[in-house]
Amino acid sequence: MSIVECKDVKKAYRQDHLFVQALGGITVTVARGAFVAIAGPSGSGKTTLLNLIGGLDTADSGRITVDEKTVTSMRQSELAVLRLYKIGFVFQSYNLIPVLSALENVEYVMLLQGVPQRERRERACSILDEVGLKEMYHRRPAELSGGQQQRVAVARAIVSNPSIVLADEPTANLDSKTGKELLQLMEKMNEEREITFIFSTHDQMVMDYARRLIILRDGLVTDDRSRDP
Amino acid sequence: MHLQLAWRNIWRNPRRTTIITIAVVVGVWSMLVVGALDRGMIDQMVRNAIATLTGDIQIHHDGYRSDPVIENSIADPKDVHNALARHLPEGSFWTARVRVNAIVSNARYSTGVTLVGIDPESEARVSFIKTAVVDGHYLASDDTTGILVGRALVDKFETKVGHKLVLMSQDTEREIASRAFRITGTFRAELEATERQFVFVNKAAAQEMLKAGNGISEVSLFLPDHETVDMVRDKLKASLPPAYEVETWRELLPIITAYLSIMDSWIFIWYLVVFIAMGFGIVNTMLMAVFERIREFGLLTALGMKPWWIIKGVLLEAFFLLIMGMAVGNAFGFASVFILNRTGIDLSALGAGAEYVGLPRVIYPTVYIQDVITANVVVFVLGLLITIYPAAKASRFTPVEALAHI
Ligand SMILES: Nc1ncnc2c1ncn2[C@@H]1O[C@H](COP(=O)(O)OP(=O)(O)OP(=O)(O)O)[C@@H](O)[C@H]1O
Ligand SMILES: [Mg+2]
Repeated sequence: MSIVECKDVKKAYRQDHLFVQALGGITVTVARGAFVAIAGPSGSGKTTLLNLIGGLDTADSGRITVDEKTVTSMRQSELAVLRLYKIGFVFQSYNLIPVLSALENVEYVMLLQGVPQRERRERACSILDEVGLKEMYHRRPAELSGGQQQRVAVARAIVSNPSIVLADEPTANLDSKTGKELLQLMEKMNEEREITFIFSTHDQMVMDYARRLIILRDGLVTDDRSRDP
Repeated sequence: MHLQLAWRNIWRNPRRTTIITIAVVVGVWSMLVVGALDRGMIDQMVRNAIATLTGDIQIHHDGYRSDPVIENSIADPKDVHNALARHLPEGSFWTARVRVNAIVSNARYSTGVTLVGIDPESEARVSFIKTAVVDGHYLASDDTTGILVGRALVDKFETKVGHKLVLMSQDTEREIASRAFRITGTFRAELEATERQFVFVNKAAAQEMLKAGNGISEVSLFLPDHETVDMVRDKLKASLPPAYEVETWRELLPIITAYLSIMDSWIFIWYLVVFIAMGFGIVNTMLMAVFERIREFGLLTALGMKPWWIIKGVLLEAFFLLIMGMAVGNAFGFASVFILNRTGIDLSALGAGAEYVGLPRVIYPTVYIQDVITANVVVFVLGLLITIYPAAKASRFTPVEALAHI
């Protein structure tokens, strides 16, 4: 059963008088519980594809469904609800609200979801423990290392058990050792909680972790292979 | 958590927060102080006018007000006395006066004045004159040749206490009547114009000079409770024959009454002017604050925050800024008014200029609670309203733009 389906998805940007075909007709399906990397050279459309799946941007044509809901026909307010409850995001950097502590950053999404305070606190603490930040509850993002910040972002993305987590180059700002640790954390969460992860990367090491690798070039899928289990 | 978030956000840039807060403080402060000055000024003008000669209520014969000659006087004050005896509340005072235009002269100078014949004893309880005497002494009841003159007139006439003045006016038979008086004292008044305009003699002396018998021009009364003027006026009016006019100070002082009625709008306009200056500062600073955080608003939108929540967040920040500024501004405003009210603001340095427009010599700023409420409501409500603009901007950053933004 697939959690994400893209059917002939196209997206062009207009920059001044120039049309840039960022995605030229993407058709892929991602199975529930997958751990997928999207790779490809700079400008190949990785970010664009993730943004479309996550409902941050709208496709020109084609159809995208996430957890059986058709993203491409949703209104902005419906997309906001979808993102809030069904999709976790991890960006390359500036993932966190600077004036909130690690704990509060994780709690904040649950606040928006309407989770009661006690439960919020408990869930935020236990997820931070799980990502290895037990001692760091009350640190502000500026007081955390890059790797720790990304761990908080992962914790926030998965705390409310979304259908998928979309991570756009989550390790790009980390050294390889820290990047590897983050990947291991994501993998663990994927296995233990059966949350689908789709992440983009340039990094060979990161691609090696993926159980499925989709290669984009000039907005088209040029390769799509799964690792044997 | 929303409150904490907003509170911490405003302290991300303490300098900017301080600047906005100071703008609000200065705004609220100037609203309160200028409002209180205006109120104090007009209060003082009313009080001066009432104490000078107006009183709370006056009774005249029909026609006297449009043509204040001795023929239009109350020939027999018996009806008036009866009405006053029956309807005046406890603690009221009243006095009867003869009041006509006259010419005063000495060997060198002459000028037009208002001749006021008073009953020294009852007059002292109604108007300022007894306490205003600075040289010589007040009129004695049996002194039929004494005259009280304003300080400014004495200076102009280059005369002094003990010297003679001649008064000339038209009597009831339309003949020119004149009579010599000796200056028993000089008085100071709030306005120099008052000092130049009025001279006071004994009522009996004036009546005799004008061949007016028992006739009087006006009765002026002073009530213990100024709120009851309209009620007392109505009672007196009802019990007097229609040939009498009974008027309150509001009717007697149309200019001051007009001032009073435009005061509220004037103060409100002043509030708006201050607010517009302050409002530009608030909007600009909030816009800066919002544009510095494009990424963050984009992130929040990406996480599924609705635009309305983002607007609320920014409004909450403005709320804190406004509340802080208003608290300090009100404190400063009240403190300033309190101090100024103790000392008064002496305008005599402005001299004739201030006098010309009818300003009192000393202003005691007065806080009206309704002004304080209006000022705060204006700042708070309009402050939040204009913040909707930067807040709406913040809610419109799309995540894709915002996340691409460094
Ligand atoms: N907002 C935009 N306006 C105009 N063109 C855009 C915009 N976003 C992306 N593009 C263009 O679309 C194409 C795909 O961009 P995208 O960001 O998806 O690539 P990417 O694979 O994520 O690249 P990178 O590895 O550098 O992050 C590029 O040619 C890019 O210049
Ligand atoms: Mg990218």
